[in-house]
Amino acid sequence: MISVQSAAFDLGDISNRFTAAQSGAEAGAIVTFSGVVRGDGGLIALEIEHYPAMTLPAIEDMVSAARARFGLLDAWVIHRYGRLAVGETIMMVATSAPHRKDAFAGAEFLMDYLKSRAPFWKKEHLADGAAWVAAKVSDEAELARWD
Amino acid sequence: MITVVYFAWLRERIGTGREQIETQAETVAQLVAELSSIDSYHAAAFADLRAVRVAVDQVLTDFDAPLAAAKEVAFFPPMTGG
Repeated sequence: MISVQSAAFDLGDISNRFTAAQSGAEAGAIVTFSGVVRGDGGLIALEIEHYPAMTLPAIEDMVSAARARFGLLDAWVIHRYGRLAVGETIMMVATSAPHRKDAFAGAEFLMDYLKSRAPFWKKEHLADGAAWVAAKVSDEAELARWD
Repeated sequence: MITVVYFAWLRERIGTGREQIETQAETVAQLVAELSSIDSYHAAAFADLRAVRVAVDQVLTDFDAPLAAAKEVAFFPPMTGG
């Protein structure tokens, strides 16, 4: 399942559903990662813009690549857009594989690609104004390790 | 006719998220040159192309890419998802 949505989601519920969907006996490892809005630097809210026509196909490509590369049995991605308050869950990734190394690596691969190759842009709202978040040089370095 | 879309600070700087452009540009770079000549807002947005990424028909590419039969070209800053 891949979902790009503005609505909040229940991380526990999705995690349980993902686990239940891995009904085969092959899935010995399940990894879930979730990203949360940090409240440092006086942040009031995070606004996330995306490119609707591109977002879903781009994430589908990443998920296909991750499944093929790490032999994942399944991978789910949920990513939100719109205005999010401090403490809200922005996104999640869930992966399953026979063994934990592939489940972890698949989740990290997806996280690195979502960060730098999925068409989302974050804007930080502070008490005295708002500013777009700049991509970090280290984000590209994280991606390069998968080359 | 090609649809050009902008996101994040490019959208804000140019003042619109979408425009229809009549163009004979054969590459993204040629389209950028045409767009930059529209007004000072476009020129400012494209002043430093190192800060701009491009997608042609929703696929990431580079400024040398041909436009051939492209329907939509998107310009945006480096992505910050996750």
